[in-house]
Amino acid sequence: MAQKVYAGVTVDVNEEGYFTNPSQWTREIAAEIAKEEGIDLTEQHYQVIEWLRKRYESGEALSIRSINKSGIVDVKTFYQLFPGAPLKKATKIAGIPKPASCV
Amino acid sequence: MANDKDKIKKINIICAKGAIEDVYATLVLGNGAVMEGIETNIFFTFFGLDAIVKNRMDKLHTAVVGNPALRLPGGMRMPTLLGVIPGMEAFTSWMMKKEMEKLDIPPVSEFMELITAGGGKIYACKLAMDMFKFKKEDLCEYVSGILTVGEFYELAGGEGSHIIFT
Repeated sequence: MAQKVYAGVTVDVNEEGYFTNPSQWTREIAAEIAKEEGIDLTEQHYQVIEWLRKRYESGEALSIRSINKSGIVDVKTFYQLFPGAPLKKATKIAGIPKPASCV
Repeated sequence: MANDKDKIKKINIICAKGAIEDVYATLVLGNGAVMEGIETNIFFTFFGLDAIVKNRMDKLHTAVVGNPALRLPGGMRMPTLLGVIPGMEAFTSWMMKKEMEKLDIPPVSEFMELITAGGGKIYACKLAMDMFKFKKEDLCEYVSGILTVGEFYELAGGEGSHIIFT
């Protein structure tokens, strides 16, 4: 298992850079991962990230559709906040595993 | 991980059939590409047009006659003759949609909303529109334009671009 240092903290990640232990995550760590992905986190980003973490903790599957129904952002804004591959990027920054969903 | 030059940069999907499974294969592939940050064009032609015609898109059916892979709940093959019973096609289609909903697969119109919100583009085939006597007003709001085959190829050009026929 690989390890990475973010914001002075050593965290466990898999070979793609996703956290293997989501409890090691902090807001400061998120900001540094986001910088690696070329994103400056705003309060809106954090709202999405925290929603993703909550959803992950409750064991519910993550899909692009669930974002639309989150009540936090619509899908268009989600794509703007995390350009490129939004669900992959957002979960990486949120310190949770990469979603295995096809939708 | 693949080199940058090996990566798929653009996906162009052609859907010529209008059964639930044909349209959903198209939409899952298309939405999946958008989610990966791949430029995505989806081109609906012939019976596939039903997927983008406003009053038809959310009422697609699956074939219960001449569909040898169709099975009854429990796994027994569905006898083709059962398929001719009135309501069987509607019932089977309803079942399919119910099962998809459980997996968080959205209805066709909502799926297209997700795809276009992510920057994916949806097009109609001009020749098929003429043949089925559809007008622009018949199409849903998610359609970006009506293209000739030449225009489609123009759109599909470029390095790392692929065409898929579902």
